[in-house]
Amino acid sequence: MGFLKITSPHGHGPLSTGKVMQTVLLATLPGVIAMTWFFGPGTLLNILFGGIVALGLEYCVMAVRKRDPLFYLRDFSVLVTSTLLCIALPPYAPWWLIVVGVASAVLLGKHVFGGLGYNPFNPAMVGYVVLLISFPLQMSTWASPRGLADVPGMSDALTALFANSQYDAVTMATPLDLMRQNTGLLVEDLYRQKAQFGQFAGVGWEWVNIGFLAGGLWLLYRRIFTWHAPMAMLAAIGLCAAAGFDGGSSDSGGSALFHWLSGATMFGAFFIITDPVSSAVSNRGRIIFGALIGVLIYIIRVTGNYPDAVAFAVLILNFAAPLIDQYTQPATYGHDGRDE
Amino acid sequence: MRTVYAIHGGIHPPEEKHLSHPGKVLDAGLPSELILPLSQHIGAPAEPIVNVGDKVKAGQLLAESQGAVSAAVHAPTSGTVTAIGMRPVPHPSGLENTCICLVPDGADEWITTRGVEDYRAESPQTLIQHIRDAGISGLGGAGFPTATKLLARDRCAIDTLIINGTECEPYITADDTLMQVAAEQIVAGAEIIAHILGASIILYGVEDNKPDALKAMQAAVAAQGDVGDREVMSFPTKYPSGGEKQLIEILTGKQVPSGGLPADVGIVCQNPGTAVAVRDAIIDGKPLTERLVTLTGRALGKPCNYRVRLGTPISHLLALSAFTPGSKQRLIHGGPMMGFALETGAVPVIKTTNCVLAPTHEELPAPPPAQACIRCGLCAEACPASLLPQQLYWYAKAKDQEQLEKHNLFDCIECGACSWVCPSTIPLVQYYRAAKSTIVEARQDKQRAERSQARFEARQERVEREAREREAQRAARKLAAQKKAESADAEDPVQAAIARAKARKESVVKSEDVG
Repeated sequence: MGFLKITSPHGHGPLSTGKVMQTVLLATLPGVIAMTWFFGPGTLLNILFGGIVALGLEYCVMAVRKRDPLFYLRDFSVLVTSTLLCIALPPYAPWWLIVVGVASAVLLGKHVFGGLGYNPFNPAMVGYVVLLISFPLQMSTWASPRGLADVPGMSDALTALFANSQYDAVTMATPLDLMRQNTGLLVEDLYRQKAQFGQFAGVGWEWVNIGFLAGGLWLLYRRIFTWHAPMAMLAAIGLCAAAGFDGGSSDSGGSALFHWLSGATMFGAFFIITDPVSSAVSNRGRIIFGALIGVLIYIIRVTGNYPDAVAFAVLILNFAAPLIDQYTQPATYGHDGRDE
Repeated sequence: MRTVYAIHGGIHPPEEKHLSHPGKVLDAGLPSELILPLSQHIGAPAEPIVNVGDKVKAGQLLAESQGAVSAAVHAPTSGTVTAIGMRPVPHPSGLENTCICLVPDGADEWITTRGVEDYRAESPQTLIQHIRDAGISGLGGAGFPTATKLLARDRCAIDTLIINGTECEPYITADDTLMQVAAEQIVAGAEIIAHILGASIILYGVEDNKPDALKAMQAAVAAQGDVGDREVMSFPTKYPSGGEKQLIEILTGKQVPSGGLPADVGIVCQNPGTAVAVRDAIIDGKPLTERLVTLTGRALGKPCNYRVRLGTPISHLLALSAFTPGSKQRLIHGGPMMGFALETGAVPVIKTTNCVLAPTHEELPAPPPAQACIRCGLCAEACPASLLPQQLYWYAKAKDQEQLEKHNLFDCIECGACSWVCPSTIPLVQYYRAAKSTIVEARQDKQRAERSQARFEARQERVEREAREREAQRAARKLAAQKKAESADAEDPVQAAIARAKARKESVVKSEDVG
């Protein structure tokens, strides 16, 4: 009688890569719902359209690479990439912007390096930066949040996506822009005079960030990633902001709370820098990785020229991750960390 | 009460211990043939001292141990030796090995055995010899010859003996059962081992998922009164707490240095089954011829723990426990985490067989094809050795031996926790095993190359030296010849020759004159 020959271990845990990716997708919901509430269905449409483009691209690339496309689609990773990119894109972006972004993310960000797991950079951020540098106008046009303007409906969103013209929704400078460009007003006055500012940070933005924070904490609870990188990044941003906040003069860079709840902070902390492929591997390494991203985000936000800083900070630290790994190898059992 | 220390990593796979009804033991009876491999332990195979056709009694020595690391083999029952030859044995390779085949006569007649009257009066060397003669090797894991392990006392001061009743592998309940039914014997054996080692402390480590075993052990330890520092320690259930190094850290907080042995930190670990075998060898003079084996898995109608004579074919046990093989049936020697798949039930139970697992395909499905590693790090969190399995995987794939060694590949205990958690179902342990053997091979190659280079250089030197010597001799000879020639130069050789010729001529002429 011949029995099946398989090497140990013979059992397997319940988690699969596909499930991990689905959990991440699910965790974006609170943030996406907040975005939809405040900015209309633009983001949702981005995600749907981007997802279809991404699946199609992944299928074609895998077919060209002579792999079974359906096997690779089952890991859901390309949907995570496209969803994260589309969340970062301005709502009501034209279709070609999304296509270019998703194609850059999937092809340049991932497949040129050998596919999932081999990419040194976060693919979504590669796509985002390609767009930001190539199409700065379209990339810095954010719709105004609910309460400051009428929120577009689904038909407006479809028009924006597919009509061959620039969508002319009411757009405004984001709170991060206002804070950076501010030279004459006390922070207190800035909050009072500019309608874009809400309770803690920007109107809408604060809730979007709280939404992504909630999703991120749920992922932490589900042990999809460890606390090290996100917490280090948030702590670093907080420390930098505290150091740069002089109580609210016009030179002030904004309070810690402002930075935590502005732009892509929480989205970046829990959904971007936690991408395991392109981050440092050890827990100590992830603390350094996250903290340096936090510092860079603050510096770029306060002194740079771009609307937000998460993408650049992440890509720069992606470069550094292998170096960080070299110096943060944990002490193996029986080595007591001294002999190496 | 000692502190229980936490260890890094670990996983909680479904325990499935209830399946085999821990605490209950059935007798496996006599099979129609016993197959006794000469290699049931780590080290040199034993050497047969019986011939085909010999009638033997139970307990009789069949094959004696060879060298320092080896273990003898004894007859588990009386009968006739019918063959000494190649048979399939339980080994991951699935290869055959030399076995002694014994057909029982049914009488189960024992040789006369005699134990040691007072082991405390005997020298450790004598007791170790008894253990060696009884063919005892570790019954828990790797099967290291016990006598050899106890010799650590000569090299290091041992203060602590740990009896490893952790049994952290899912499904297996052989040690659990033994602790429930033979706690006194375990304690007696542990006292003997501690006496041999000169260890003043005995710690019994039992995971907290075995409350009955814990109680039995505590009662047995309490029953012997105050004989020194003895403690039964319970600690949270987590795989692989029963790994020797892991258990040492849990119970003592110490770590065994990399590449070292527990003896280096004054500790020796033994399995409860080994302790009982030592007790039987010293007190009763009985060699190791049987053990408890867990027969479990949902492909078995009657899973249970059996008292099994060594050499009993696993197919015999499968028949006893109502095995109904399904499609894609797997048969596992050991537990689901570290056990290996058997190709046939014809292999025998050996000294290290603690479990035979026959799961259904639904119960332990074959792993799906591996997906890409996304370096999620779940493996690093699960690794009890605090390694970075995801990095080791990359370096193993890249065959980067330098980085593999730098990332301490050889501290991997192959527990399989990383593979178990890997969401991409990558067979990580398999990569590490392969990488380890590649590196070991490369090291051996390097040694061989160095040896042959040294040999070549020595030869080169010798050849050159001989050439030099020959040259010197030739030069010396030449010189000597020249000198000789020079001394002869005093008279002209030509003149001398002419003179000699003349003299000859003259003498000839003279003789003609006479004629």
